[in-house]
Amino acid sequence: MKKQWYDYLWVVSLTYLVLGFFNILFAWLGLLCFFIPLLISLIHGTKGYCNRYCGRGQLFGLLGGRFGLSRKKDIPGWMKSKGFRYGFLVFFFIMFFQMLWNTYLVFAGAGTLKQVVTLLWTFKVPWHWACHGTLLHPGVAQFAFGFYSVMLTSTVLGLITMVLFKPRSWCVYCPMGTMTQLICKVRNRGEKEG
Amino acid sequence: METSKVRKKKKAFVEEGNCVACGCCVKVCPRGAITVWKGIRAKVDQESCVGCGKCVRECPASVISVQEVEA
Repeated sequence: MKKQWYDYLWVVSLTYLVLGFFNILFAWLGLLCFFIPLLISLIHGTKGYCNRYCGRGQLFGLLGGRFGLSRKKDIPGWMKSKGFRYGFLVFFFIMFFQMLWNTYLVFAGAGTLKQVVTLLWTFKVPWHWACHGTLLHPGVAQFAFGFYSVMLTSTVLGLITMVLFKPRSWCVYCPMGTMTQLICKVRNRGEKEG
Repeated sequence: METSKVRKKKKAFVEEGNCVACGCCVKVCPRGAITVWKGIRAKVDQESCVGCGKCVRECPASVISVQEVEA
């Protein structure tokens, strides 16, 4: 099948991750990966983002498929269960709001900028080399660190399940995927299969 | 030539409840027989499906299987 322009969006995802090593403020661009899928599902009622444009999914597909970095085994039953998927979405939300709270504290002057990237919600990795100050408030940089932590953590989790199971195993429990599917279910409720 | 056996065809079936609608199967289907229905689940067009099983291997949730159906 002929490749389309959107089949190369994995380059964008990879570039995003690399840019975060040089200047943390690029992390803000990651908001696109949050708003675009939500808007597509809200306005269009489809998972067009997952189905076509998700560069992260393409990256896992490429590394696990073409580069053979995947065992290509079935994902365990519990990982594709609704309980785990919705549970992970809730957990992700809680951690996300905690990150927003920390950002708020810096904006409010009640907290100081911490130049670390928190991996897997636990490990604080020094990341000061990517922080060159900001013309705006330190809170702007704090959000960037927090958001990049979210993005890098989910990439690490995705890579682990890519190796263990199928290349795009991340798609099974991706919070954005779960959320957009939920939105589609609500938006298209009562519709009969045509 | 006549065969006494009933000819069987293979088709892909989606275990709908666990489908995450990611669309990996759509990308890999050589016949363009799969669509993601309203962002909820994958749907196989039984007419176009030739039961090759590419989607089965691709599906990250392993919810697609190829089954024999009466021709």
